[in-house]
Amino acid sequence: MMADDNSEQTKTAGQMPAMKPVVDVAAETAKMETDKMWVIMGPQHPFSHGLWTLKIKVDGEIVTDAEPIVGYLHRGWEKEAENRPYPKIIPMADRLCYAASMTYTHLYCMTVEKALGIDPPDKAKYIMIIADEINRLQSHLMWLAAVGTDLGNFTVFLWAMREREYWMDMNVRLCGARMTTNYPRIGGVRNDTPELFDRDIIRCTEHFEKAVWDIIGLIDDSSIYVSRMKNTGILTPEQCANLGITGPALRGTGVDFDLRRDDPYSNYDQIDFDVPVLKQGDSYARYMVRVEEMLQSCKIIKQAMAKVRALGKNAPYRLKVPSNVPAGRHFAKLEDPRGESMMYLISDGTDKPYRLKVRSPIFVNVSASRELCMGCRIADVPAIMAMIDMCLGETDR
Amino acid sequence: MSPIREYDSSWEGDIENKLTEKFGDKIKFTGQEIRRVYAHVERDAIFDVCKFLNDELSFEHCANVIGVDMKDYMQVVYHIDSYTTYKGECVELTVDVPNDDPHVKSVSSIWGGANWNERETWELFGIVFDGHPRLERLLTPETYEFFPFRKSYKLRGWE
Amino acid sequence: MVYSSILDWVNFPNIMANPYYPFETYNLPYDISQKLWEIIGGTIAWLINLLFPGNPVSEWLVCDMTVNFFALIIFMIVVFLVVFIGILISLWEERKVLGRTMDRRGTMVGMKGFLQCVADGFKTFMKEDTQPRKVDRMTYMWTVSLVIGTSMLIACMIPLSDRWYVVNYNTGLLLIMGLFALAPFFILVSGWSQNNKYSLIGGMRAAEMMISYEIPMLILIATACLMAGTFNIGGIVQAQYDTMPYFIPQCIGFVTFFVCANAEAERTPFDLAEAESELVEGWQTEYAGMKWGLIMLADYMRGYVSCAMITILYLGGWNLPFIGDLNNYVPELVFLLKTWLVFFAMIIVRAALPRVRTDQILNLGWKVFMPLSIINLVIVLLLKMGGVF
Repeated sequence: MMADDNSEQTKTAGQMPAMKPVVDVAAETAKMETDKMWVIMGPQHPFSHGLWTLKIKVDGEIVTDAEPIVGYLHRGWEKEAENRPYPKIIPMADRLCYAASMTYTHLYCMTVEKALGIDPPDKAKYIMIIADEINRLQSHLMWLAAVGTDLGNFTVFLWAMREREYWMDMNVRLCGARMTTNYPRIGGVRNDTPELFDRDIIRCTEHFEKAVWDIIGLIDDSSIYVSRMKNTGILTPEQCANLGITGPALRGTGVDFDLRRDDPYSNYDQIDFDVPVLKQGDSYARYMVRVEEMLQSCKIIKQAMAKVRALGKNAPYRLKVPSNVPAGRHFAKLEDPRGESMMYLISDGTDKPYRLKVRSPIFVNVSASRELCMGCRIADVPAIMAMIDMCLGETDR
Repeated sequence: MSPIREYDSSWEGDIENKLTEKFGDKIKFTGQEIRRVYAHVERDAIFDVCKFLNDELSFEHCANVIGVDMKDYMQVVYHIDSYTTYKGECVELTVDVPNDDPHVKSVSSIWGGANWNERETWELFGIVFDGHPRLERLLTPETYEFFPFRKSYKLRGWE
Repeated sequence: MVYSSILDWVNFPNIMANPYYPFETYNLPYDISQKLWEIIGGTIAWLINLLFPGNPVSEWLVCDMTVNFFALIIFMIVVFLVVFIGILISLWEERKVLGRTMDRRGTMVGMKGFLQCVADGFKTFMKEDTQPRKVDRMTYMWTVSLVIGTSMLIACMIPLSDRWYVVNYNTGLLLIMGLFALAPFFILVSGWSQNNKYSLIGGMRAAEMMISYEIPMLILIATACLMAGTFNIGGIVQAQYDTMPYFIPQCIGFVTFFVCANAEAERTPFDLAEAESELVEGWQTEYAGMKWGLIMLADYMRGYVSCAMITILYLGGWNLPFIGDLNNYVPELVFLLKTWLVFFAMIIVRAALPRVRTDQILNLGWKVFMPLSIINLVIVLLLKMGGVF
């Protein structure tokens, strides 16, 4: 590198005409390429969450440009869905976001139910609220684990994963699988909550509400963590809304919008919960929003469980649905742990969809990484991108 | 940002009135639900409609730009949300695009959120967005020469 | 001389009466190695004498000069082995303690996990030694060897007690610090020689961090020696025995030295040279196989040396407080246990804290720790002038 600069200098100096004895230093410096180089982070990198590349242009230590490259996991999900009958798409929807699989399946079932014009029974709706919130907790705990590793501390990773194991056990109790659960159905859910599920889930919630403070204490009480997260990746609310960023990243910037409260679906309007919103717009605010969301999820789970118990054991949890969906266009939105996800269905009267499109929140969030990373240092890039919480399955579909 | 209001059932009619009064017959309303307005827009008016929605009616968030292959013609569907003045409201705009001239004016200069969505629609369907800063392949490899999601392209194993 | 039985060959005279004895006081590893040579060499000489009675080779093998010569060679091996096993034990301690803080058990196989560390090291040595084509051969090989070599050198030179030492310089501590401080230069050149922009960045970052943290360390070492009145390690330990362990009057210095030692040993929270989650692997990117294994070992050696220096300067070395007689306990073991205790604290710090950013590290080093070390120096000066120490 240094050899190149020297040769350029001697080249330009040698070509100076003899009549101008004084060298114009400012012009010379402007012509020389100071150390701007493209650094490629990925596709294999320990700062994790999947297979994608982030190219950043660095001037010394400051980032001047960023370009994300995704698409390593593109499976043509939407095209495949056009050739399958509606119930067979449910396991496919699980694999969209494998960290929080029941949210996408729930979204898909909501869309098809809207197209059919049916309303699933109340018990199914409350059980799906519980399932959504359990998945939100799992996803946020995995995000917390990744925050630890990105900033250089392995202890937070293992402690967050330890807490996540309890929620995975809840998944297993509910539907038998830890990850790709295949639990919601068009018209309801697959099975009722098992024996003593309410006892287990209340125990889990109470344990979690105490145990999460260990992990948060390790992060919040350490000025190293806080100083690495504060004042980096700042965006204004207008910028955020315009760039299409949704979810905790948006609420950390000061925009008070949550689909569960403002555009309620599936009986969320019967549950009482708060939506955390912070104004600073930096990584630390986004982190705090997610932590607070975890605690709010516990609150939601307890209320929903009480309502399920009140409905009794014999309440219906699934409706029979016809296999052909009448022609029309419908869409449904859902508050994913990562943002606002949406599915758009065009049906043509047969038992296979004509067009099924998935809107993934991270696809749009990661397109804004240029504005997020502008002006920060290389060492801040993992901290900022950790707050976006990439999950490649839904980005690439 | 504009002041935030709570939901009122007169909002859909309000939005329809304002759009009709500005754009007349270029926009046709096909349906209305709680917090949803569905409309069909002519191809040459779509940019102006979007600009009007963003500037005057404070619909700040472009959620989606979807391409649909209807075999005789193609369609682009836009979903636009509001966070402030009409909080929670979502407007769906459908634009018909003929097969032999698949060009639409890009709205990525109004909303940054439309940028990658339009890029994805181009690479999967072939609908060209004029004025887009960078129309390149994103999800599929660069060596692809066809548009995978068109109905004319059949996957292996389909009839 | 006539040697009738093997016992005449294998004799144990008072080693200090030997005219070629290289040290001034009793030296335990030399004692062990001389006895070892007398057993081995004496047996060989006796065997040869059985075949060819009265030959000069056998006599040469057990005469005073040769005994000292071979004893020195075995002495080197003995000292090296003890240090090596000590470092392996600190490596094992790290894996277990780090595991337990993370709610897992650490290594479990083979003598509670100790042999697993040995096996891991062995495995690393067996891996393929890839070398990129365009590196600068000379500096690539030499800088690594020098980093490892100097680290091993100082690790062996630290005395474990009054009778376990290699050299008894009057400027012992200064020599150790001097060699310790050479590492940043080798790291910088090594990062540069690898023809890889990531290694260059890593090497420069590591070098700048280590240089800025050596200055408070030097000031603190000078302060401790000022309080003791000598640079001789044995003298410092004795001075602490006479008065009190120095971490009491120099508590600020103790904490500062602990942090600087963390930085010098390139451990988290200062391990940006090895920043795994950032783009680069650091200055060790292009080293594979045995070279990388030795670099890792050198890291642990530097950690061991830092902890040993903390023990000598602040915790009273190899003496236990309130116990008088040297013969009642094994001072080497006391020293090693204290070193491992300090290392335990370093491990807990590693488990709890994330990585600090480069500019924040430099801020800390220059703006916080250097003033603290100077405050410490001022306190010691006042105490000395007041006649307390």
